[in-house]
Amino acid sequence: MADTKEAKREGDGQGSQTSSVLEAGTRAPEFSLRAAPDRSLTLSELRGHPVIVAFYPADWSPVCSDQMALYNEILPEFAEYGAQLVGISVDGAWCHKAFSQSRNLRFDLLADFEPKGAVSHAYGAYRKADGFSERALFVIDANGVIRWSYLSPVGVNPGADGIINALTALTDEQRGQPSAAEATRSSSGSSARNDSSARSSDSSATQSDISAR
Amino acid sequence: MSDGILSPPVSERDHTSGPASAPVTLVEYGDYECPYCGQAYPIVKAAQRKLGKRLRFVFRNFPLSEAHPHARHAAEAAEAAADQGKFWEMHDALFENQNALEDDQLVATARRLGLDAERIAAALEAGTYAQRVREDFRSGVRSGVNGTPTFFINGRRYDGPWADERTFISALENAAKAARVKA
Repeated sequence: MADTKEAKREGDGQGSQTSSVLEAGTRAPEFSLRAAPDRSLTLSELRGHPVIVAFYPADWSPVCSDQMALYNEILPEFAEYGAQLVGISVDGAWCHKAFSQSRNLRFDLLADFEPKGAVSHAYGAYRKADGFSERALFVIDANGVIRWSYLSPVGVNPGADGIINALTALTDEQRGQPSAAEATRSSSGSSARNDSSARSSDSSATQSDISAR
Repeated sequence: MSDGILSPPVSERDHTSGPASAPVTLVEYGDYECPYCGQAYPIVKAAQRKLGKRLRFVFRNFPLSEAHPHARHAAEAAEAAADQGKFWEMHDALFENQNALEDDQLVATARRLGLDAERIAAALEAGTYAQRVREDFRSGVRSGVNGTPTFFINGRRYDGPWADERTFISALENAAKAARVKA
């Protein structure tokens, strides 16, 4: 039922498999995952603020470490938008803990561990043949609706500009500057998987939610 | 993902080496404590020698300070040196001494370069250049920097290899040719 979009994978050395990540306009599937050996985090607990969800293949692999280290540095920028970042991979909570400590990470890494990859799969971000998550990004608004998603070639660090653009568009929209949001949207080109009709239909809900806070 | 477009474009605010009229502008987002940036340093030098006046080189700060605890102060020290007219001397000295980036070593390096080292020490203490460094970092995030070093050739992110000097220089040569055709 969820909107999906086919995206070609490149550069993963495995030919032209395709994957389908959930698109903008889709309600973000709820999840509750271990954020630490003794603590769980539920997506709906984060309502009221934008949430950035970064699926990635594995703790410790070089590209992931770079990407997570980069996001760690960018946390202050994300915080300016009131956004919270979570990383998700199929690694277990103890593995996440060791990885996080070694990289001094200041955001939660969630363990999509049991049933393995179930949340990644729900977001269309699971590589079944490999048994790990895609490198995929989602920006979810304060109401729990996906507003931007991106599937990266698995071997490429996608940076954070797409996330920042999406957060900027959300903020502009909240401030009642649809034209600025529109501009960001159209300039983000084919790489940003936005569904403008879905966006405009739930923007009023977002605005009313924001003003109620 | 990104469009990989340098934002903001190179301006008077930047530290540049080479003529503004050069057909190729190479921008590096770098971190003085990053070993890969250290590896790229002589390659950029070689490119500058090879292209001569056809190349303008720009350095912007992208300190990954959680991973590299000395990177931010090293960047601030280079900015402080810039205010005394010796940005590139300090930039080079930092990359040539990546194991000497403690605060007292930064100040010693500044002194060796004939700079007012006490002023630089005070600026590090006060965080005088912290905001300038952060502005560079933020522009890098918006431009699609995804690690260090990240290069932009004529405003577009260069995703090709840089560790191989010949490949890197030929990418710059190609950009020079393309710019000439356009002009």
